[in-house]
Amino acid sequence: MIDSLAFDALNLFLLACLVVTALAIARLRGLFAVAMLSGIYSLLCASVFVLLDAVDVAFTEAAVGAGMTTVLFLATFGLTRAKEQQAPHQKRLPALLTAVACGGILLYAFSDMPVFGDADTPVQTHPIAERYIETTHDEVGIPNMVTTLLASYRGFDTLGEVVVVFTAGIAVLMLLGRSRRDRQEPTR
Amino acid sequence: MALHHEHVVLRVISKILIPLILLFALYVQFHGDYGPGGGFQAGVIFAAGIVLYALVFGLDAARAVVPMAALRRIAPLGVLLYAGVGVFSLLQGYAYLDYTAIDPADPSHGQHLGILLVELGVGLTVAAVMLMLFFSFAGRGRG
Repeated sequence: MIDSLAFDALNLFLLACLVVTALAIARLRGLFAVAMLSGIYSLLCASVFVLLDAVDVAFTEAAVGAGMTTVLFLATFGLTRAKEQQAPHQKRLPALLTAVACGGILLYAFSDMPVFGDADTPVQTHPIAERYIETTHDEVGIPNMVTTLLASYRGFDTLGEVVVVFTAGIAVLMLLGRSRRDRQEPTR
Repeated sequence: MALHHEHVVLRVISKILIPLILLFALYVQFHGDYGPGGGFQAGVIFAAGIVLYALVFGLDAARAVVPMAALRRIAPLGVLLYAGVGVFSLLQGYAYLDYTAIDPADPSHGQHLGILLVELGVGLTVAAVMLMLFFSFAGRGRG
């Protein structure tokens, strides 16, 4: 167990790194560097998730966000250009205003969020959580409660998610699955 | 994209890493009942291992290891496995995806087996779809 001072320091450090990475991404024009930095951003996010004890989410973020997405970006640069076009000057002020307005709305909404780790939020007080924690051992008997929830209690949801992933795969295959070489293959 | 003619260090290191990544994916897949992880995580980790292989040793080598034709069959197979477990429990007279149906005499055992099977379905589909995405993107714009 990390003590709370070290925990806070580590969190602050990671969040500061996130901000620096985001600023660098906004400043850079070379998209190869941007793809790499967004991979680093995902890796930092994964570290934050580990600190929050959400190791499952961290796995996914590291593998999909830092790994697959970066590689897909790089593969896309092979097809297009890897340099961002300079925005014309007259478009910069509206863009700045939009960004500030969006940020302001988010900050305003943020004031309604509960304090981190607040015990009085619906997530903590809703009886369903207690029901799962108390009965999962007798009903399912698997130590990992997250797996129990995803695969057994919420089996329908997870089936839906798998179908979504599958559908996305089909859609991409339909759009760009057949390369020119595939088409030239003789039909069997 | 192939780097195999020059970068010896990358080649040697990834040769050591790739089996470990694939093994770790299998560990996350089948140990998901006890440790963190499950089918989704295992699927993307496995796919990431193959993608690393493709980046270092070339797309053609990776396609030879995992052909697109196989991926096109594995992706629906995972969904069918998952949904099939549900149909099986229906046929046994239980609710859809009620894993007790797999072993009514020992419900806990049935739950274990059911979760293992559906997680395997998730892993198969996720790994296959991730690799199909990668191969489709990376294979564009080439001869």
